[in-house]
Amino acid sequence: MKRFLPLLLLLLGAAYLGSTLAPQRDQTEFKLNDFSRVPVLVNGRIKPLDTVARTSLLTIQGRQRVITPDGRSLLPAEWLADMLFAPAKADTYRTLLIENHEVLDMLSVKPEDGDGGKRFSYVQLKEKLPEIEKQARLADGVEQALRTPFQKQVITVRDRVMLYLQLKASVQMPDSVDFLTELAQFEKALPAGVVAILAKQKGEAHSADAVKVMKEMADRFSYMEQLNYLHMVPPADDDTDVTHWRNVGTVLLDTFGTGRVNATIMDYAKLGHAWRGGDATEFNRLTLRLHDQLAVRFAPQMRKSDVEARFNAAQPFYSSMSLYVLVFLLAVFSWLKWPQELGRGAFWLLLLAWIATTVGILTRMWLEGRPPVTNLYSSSLFIGWAAVGLCLILEKIYRNGIGSTAGGAVGFATLLIAHHLSLSGDTLEMMRAVLDSNFWLGTHVVTVTIGYSATYLAGFLAIIYIFRGVFTRTLDQATADALSRMVYGIVCFATLFSLIGTVLGGIWADQSWGRFWGWDPKENGALIIVIWNAVILHARWGGIVKARGLMTMAVFGNIVTSWSWFGTNMLGVGLHSYGFMDSAFYALIAFVASQLLIMVIALVPLEKWQSFRTAPAAA
Amino acid sequence: MNELTRHFRDFFVSLQLTVALLILSLILVFAATLDQVNLGIWAVQAKYFHSFFVLWQVPNTEFALPVFPGGYLIGGFLLANLLAAHIYRFQLTWRKTGIQLAHSGLILLLIGELVSGLMQRDSNMRLDTGETRNYSESFRDNELAILDRTNPAYDEVVAVPEGVLADKGVIAHPKLPFTIRVKEYYPNASLGMRDPAAGAGGPVATSGLGTRVMMLPAPMTYKQDERNMPGAFLEVVGPTGPLGTWIVSPQIGMPQTFAFDGRTWELALRFRRYYHPFALTLIKFSHDKYPGTEIPKNFSSRVRVKSDDGKDDREVLIFMNNPLRYGGQTFYQAGFENNDHVTILQVVRNPGWLLPYIACIMMGVGLVIQFGLTLAGFIRKRAAAAAAVAGSE
Repeated sequence: MKRFLPLLLLLLGAAYLGSTLAPQRDQTEFKLNDFSRVPVLVNGRIKPLDTVARTSLLTIQGRQRVITPDGRSLLPAEWLADMLFAPAKADTYRTLLIENHEVLDMLSVKPEDGDGGKRFSYVQLKEKLPEIEKQARLADGVEQALRTPFQKQVITVRDRVMLYLQLKASVQMPDSVDFLTELAQFEKALPAGVVAILAKQKGEAHSADAVKVMKEMADRFSYMEQLNYLHMVPPADDDTDVTHWRNVGTVLLDTFGTGRVNATIMDYAKLGHAWRGGDATEFNRLTLRLHDQLAVRFAPQMRKSDVEARFNAAQPFYSSMSLYVLVFLLAVFSWLKWPQELGRGAFWLLLLAWIATTVGILTRMWLEGRPPVTNLYSSSLFIGWAAVGLCLILEKIYRNGIGSTAGGAVGFATLLIAHHLSLSGDTLEMMRAVLDSNFWLGTHVVTVTIGYSATYLAGFLAIIYIFRGVFTRTLDQATADALSRMVYGIVCFATLFSLIGTVLGGIWADQSWGRFWGWDPKENGALIIVIWNAVILHARWGGIVKARGLMTMAVFGNIVTSWSWFGTNMLGVGLHSYGFMDSAFYALIAFVASQLLIMVIALVPLEKWQSFRTAPAAA
Repeated sequence: MNELTRHFRDFFVSLQLTVALLILSLILVFAATLDQVNLGIWAVQAKYFHSFFVLWQVPNTEFALPVFPGGYLIGGFLLANLLAAHIYRFQLTWRKTGIQLAHSGLILLLIGELVSGLMQRDSNMRLDTGETRNYSESFRDNELAILDRTNPAYDEVVAVPEGVLADKGVIAHPKLPFTIRVKEYYPNASLGMRDPAAGAGGPVATSGLGTRVMMLPAPMTYKQDERNMPGAFLEVVGPTGPLGTWIVSPQIGMPQTFAFDGRTWELALRFRRYYHPFALTLIKFSHDKYPGTEIPKNFSSRVRVKSDDGKDDREVLIFMNNPLRYGGQTFYQAGFENNDHVTILQVVRNPGWLLPYIACIMMGVGLVIQFGLTLAGFIRKRAAAAAAVAGSE
């Protein structure tokens, strides 16, 4: 029976991944899956509403799930529909994240009134918006590096509220009760209103009421135009220039000239009417129309937008994360029992998870039209991907569960980091001009990132060596030798890639700024990794360290790499600042401390190591 | 070979020295990175990398103690260590080519960095649309320019480095019929309207703009995006006595002139200028944004290059990641101002710019050979071991 264990595990894993690919079934009559595919232009590209909903939720409340006051759980697209069409309802959902007690105090809300003690509804905060604005303005005046945690949080909360308001004013006017009727009335009153305004300008007799109504509408439209976030209205029929998408406010203001409300806006107004009225048939018909009429005109962008909606729903990185945990556990247990079967099962699952992340990364690359690494988030995905790839090779060669263990751990850790990095918004962002070079992004950034992942991998392999050696009896001579060779080989690989990557970075810098090397923090970070790997290799060649020393140094490589990856970015935040104590900074400090502790453990005399007690290895 | 020379040789060729130097350089780079928060990138380079020792200023004193080896010292020793080890262990075998190539590349890279450190000169050129300039201006250095403007066709310029002003002495030059006495100098100062009610103290300007404007000394700034604006009170002294006291500062836009000896003179403390034997004219600067955002997508400047010798007169497009290399200088798109009307080009002269490219190729190829050989050996050994296991079964 246990012979079939690896196959069984593989099948289960594949079935799990397959299930995420299947289109999600709509839970009600409303086809929210179709709604989530409706495209809008925002931040430089056409996205499905699904991406807007998910990234907005991550920014506003730090997670994608929304719980209504009556305990129902909403899909991101469902929440967005409420935001756009039934804002009064959305205002009662506790979605605005506030993580600082001083800020909570200032807003006089109590943690126990919030969801999870930290998420509050717009209704709860509404009264205090002027105070948030006032405090955020004060904090804006302070140099970023010198802001206190309170000031930082106030600015963050203001930005969250801002995004919230922007979303709310993307389709409907503020305080609109029945947008469709209001638009119809406006259109009807428009001819007379225009006549009245023209008459007033000429100083002739006019209806003061008509002028007043027009002015009120114009004010509300300009408010929408100012909040300008989602560009929901595509350009006129014969125009396929992506830059000509406009926001609803601007287009509504145009109505004074054209005399007719734009058709897309009318469709959205009807859609909202159907949503509020529970008319699923009409809602479904309109979402399909909004989607399909653009499918031809913006064919390439829409193909991407549709795939993106599917990609969002499948969440390949989250499923891989669970698989990596399973791999790690299986591989560790394989050292205790059933090494063959569990080991092979872990390997197959590792391969499966790796393929899922590969597909995920490739999809992102295709969506963005870019090499794999374009920002901190994608670097995290890629570091994990490259490290797990190396682990697969190691496991294929050595078949001792070590590659799988390391792969599971590194894969999980990097995806977890990626998840936290995704909280800042859309991860498929536009590249600033200086970075807009696929050639350099594809060579320098990729190489340097592979260097990072190899250095981390060497460090994790070393941790396995140290833990198994000190705390268990499982590190026999053969395993110890194999691990030493692995770490040595990976350090060589890391040196090669980090050196070439750093140097390519220098060449890029020479190409775009005119200097090969500028001692900039990020450059120095990369250099430190190269130097440290060179130190390990030279110390080993010079016989200064043997196996244990090699492992200890490799663990220090984890610290060096983390510093380069994250520490250098935090420098911008400023060492002087009280706000320096960010959560990411704490995480970094904790990680560094843990690695130092492991190094201290490694320094325990060899005869005290469980594995070497009886027969000391030649370490 | 006597004992001492052998010790000496063993020290310089040892891998222990290599490891020690690498660790020292790692600490140096790390400390320098942290200190950028306090000192800014330029001061850090001077303090940590372009120095033999990192000095620590004993608080409240003039003394500075060397506390750590600086970039030149560590780099120098690394170079010596590399060269010595290479010469001593040199073997012309296949197995060693990779390592040798990589290390030769490293030697070249270190030399290249030294050349850059000593010879590289950064400046920038700010061009308004339609404007032509044949000079670029330094980021950090300033100079006192004394111009003879009598002839409308050209100016005769005597340029004095800022350092001379800082010494607060008397400036004399054969081309000048007068001397200049530096009455006061501030490394950084701002200008404000002169308040007649303000109490006396310090020098007083008697001529030029200084009669209406006063100078407020400010602390030095080390921020990367700010520059120090020096200021000085200068007394011009002719053969028969003082002609007046002027204030000078790069912040003063209008020319301050005076007549003496039948000629017209101008005093200006300005960003240090580097003149080129060619001129650039900005034809058009353009920049695009991504739709619906403020994120810049690209910047580009179309410029006309015209050399003084008349051999070149052509249009060039400079954009991100695509600089113009001309006349030993490289022009990069660095920024823009004033609603896309002004372009800012960074101008770099670095005679050693090619060295890193060569060094990189050598190191890359060397490491690929070295690790490739190791990997090949590893695979061969495993194949042999696998065959042995298969044979014994």
